[in-house]
Amino acid sequence: MLLSGADIIVKILIEQGCDTVFGYPGGQALNIYDSLYAHSNEINHILTAHEQGAAHAADGYARATGRVGVVFSTSGPGATNLVTGIATAYLDSIPLIAICGNVPTTHIGTDSFQEIDITGITLPITKHNYFVNDVEDLADILREAFRLAKSGRPGPVLIDVPKDVQIAKCEYEFQPAVEKEEPFAAKNDRINEAAKIINAAKQPYIYFGGGLITANAQAEMLALAEKIDAPIGCSLMGLSAIPTDYPRFLGMQGMHGHYTSSMAMHNADLILSLGVRFNDRVTGNRQKFATGAKIIHIDVDGSELFKTVDAVCGLRGDVKLTLEKLLPMLKENKKPEWRVKVEAFRQEEESCLDKREGLTPRKVILILNKYLGENTAVCTDVGQHQMWAAQNLNFKTPRRFISSGGLGTMGFGFGAAIGAAFGTKERSVLVTGDGSFGMNLNELATAVRYNIPIVILIMNNGVLGMVRQWQTLFYNKHYSNSVLERKTDFTAFAKSFGANGEAVTTPEELDEALSRAFRAEGPYIIDCKIDKDEFVLPMLPPGGSMDDIITNLEVEQ
Amino acid sequence: MNRYTVAVLVNNQFGVLNRVTSMFRRRRFNISSLTVSETETSELSRITVVFDGDDAGKQQLINHLYKLPDVCSIKEFSDDNSVSFELLLIKMKNETKSREDIRGAADAFGAIIVDYSKDYMMFRLTETTKRIDDFINLMREFTILEICRTGSVSLERSSTTIRQIINL
Ligand SMILES: Cc1ncc(C[n+]2csc(CCOP(=O)(O)OP(=O)(O)O)c2C)c(N)n1
Ligand SMILES: [Mg+2]
Repeated sequence: MLLSGADIIVKILIEQGCDTVFGYPGGQALNIYDSLYAHSNEINHILTAHEQGAAHAADGYARATGRVGVVFSTSGPGATNLVTGIATAYLDSIPLIAICGNVPTTHIGTDSFQEIDITGITLPITKHNYFVNDVEDLADILREAFRLAKSGRPGPVLIDVPKDVQIAKCEYEFQPAVEKEEPFAAKNDRINEAAKIINAAKQPYIYFGGGLITANAQAEMLALAEKIDAPIGCSLMGLSAIPTDYPRFLGMQGMHGHYTSSMAMHNADLILSLGVRFNDRVTGNRQKFATGAKIIHIDVDGSELFKTVDAVCGLRGDVKLTLEKLLPMLKENKKPEWRVKVEAFRQEEESCLDKREGLTPRKVILILNKYLGENTAVCTDVGQHQMWAAQNLNFKTPRRFISSGGLGTMGFGFGAAIGAAFGTKERSVLVTGDGSFGMNLNELATAVRYNIPIVILIMNNGVLGMVRQWQTLFYNKHYSNSVLERKTDFTAFAKSFGANGEAVTTPEELDEALSRAFRAEGPYIIDCKIDKDEFVLPMLPPGGSMDDIITNLEVEQ
Repeated sequence: MNRYTVAVLVNNQFGVLNRVTSMFRRRRFNISSLTVSETETSELSRITVVFDGDDAGKQQLINHLYKLPDVCSIKEFSDDNSVSFELLLIKMKNETKSREDIRGAADAFGAIIVDYSKDYMMFRLTETTKRIDDFINLMREFTILEICRTGSVSLERSSTTIRQIINL
């Protein structure tokens, strides 16, 4: 079939199983949009308010479904608006394909109108990127891009398509969707070595991250934990992989991680790490990090092994396949003493929990928990509210906590919640802060236009709370540019965009507002007023170790 | 600080040199020499990089280079497992007072005269990096007009080839 480049792009998306694309048109993408018009019964295009929102939406769609998210933009400013979205996906290993129009090849390199070197710009934030010179290469490149985006450690791939390549014609033949590269288990000698170390451990601890969800290795991990009687914790990216109330699960790790899991990791003699990085937000001071523990590290990406911590045993391979081989080599054993110790940490944590009356941050999330269905995706922005959500949300299903971990992108949440709602075909929730929401609230226009049911819970403290927390603790309460002092009325804002909303100040009001929000047809904003001097606790001060952990704070006003 | 020499075999694709060198830049490795050329197969190019750093950083760098889809294989060279050479062109001022000394030194190093006029002499020297450094230092006694060197190229002392290395 003789088709134009633009038609080939759309045909291949359909052939690869993509049902929804997010994006924004413009001069150099007109041909692609013309093909979308022709194929509108086979593929859905969601027009956002801003390309950044589209990129985050494609990312949220990918996180919620495990499939590849796709975003379109025009050249120049359209393409540069994608950059934060692509970087966010890159740092969290999310499969994403960005397709940008560009000026015709005859104009490339002449600084013509809206020409930008987007392959140059995105070089360090993509797994790979392509500039398509010839329409004959286009189909192969697109298929290769899908394969790359989802294979091994997933990530974003960008394809820059000049306008003349979109217009030029060539033969297209349907092909079935590309498979990801065959996953492989780690080498046997490494697995043997790891088994020996695990069998000798007295206080093992399992630490997992987003890689466990990507590898879909939850069952294997739980079987292993049962067999060797180990407690489990995770990174921010690992949240929702297993149910929060799973008895062995101690919660999130890191700077604002749960006390129990952080203490268990600190006291372990073995940390078995699965599909997770040892980011500085997790380790604190690397020299003082879990000094008594041996580290076994399993990851598909060999470059993560030995990168920031000295593992005694690094295993490069698919987590699921590697665990499958490792499991039969492990001795079943019970560790009552270790259990008692971990239980003691749990008691300590229980005693530090925030049990104050009123609309405390923890209370906000606990009330929200009552409304979450098995399949509700909760997306967050970045700041204190993100940590409160991560600490207190009750997860039931994998891929239902969506948050920017590696890049920490304020403004991520709204786009992601739009994408997640399309991915799950259900109402999604956005837990955001007044600062973060201000960055991309334009997407309310999108949510209203497509009548997407999203519960938007703004934890409104009037400040850039996370910045304020650091200023309180480490900068002598010099609140430089972290007090918002805005006069935004979020309820009126919601109405002006054609949505609904209300403000709440007490737990009872929040409860009622949520019951309305979860029945609303479209987006619904809840402006939830909380105090500006709430803290995210516990806190492992930057560069500190578990000995420096802050579990409660009385800040005199 | 150690000095490392690695050869990176890459797809002979537009922009690939940029991808490889960008990895060095992102990890703050200073490249002391770099050569690129096509190889025995036209689809592949070979990039030889000499750089300074520590073992852990170097290993990270190699691991990350392997993640580039255009990188086929990487070979690290040490002095005893490889042969390394580079080429120097050096242009010296031609003066009666120094002419004989320069030519004597060039002979001692095996440098060959490739151009000669009453104002200047140009020599070519194919040698190890160390020997070329020594030669240039010696020439500093006289008046150097201009030098240009290619950077090191290396091959392993063995019948195996870089193409036979399997990814990690
Ligand atoms: C795009 C972006 N800019 C700046 C930051 C730095 N930063 C991290 S948290 C934060 C404050 C967030 O404020 P808000 O959204 O109101 O959340 P809160 O901490 O008050 O819950 C800032 C400015 C960031 N993470 N992302
Ligand atoms: Mg705030």
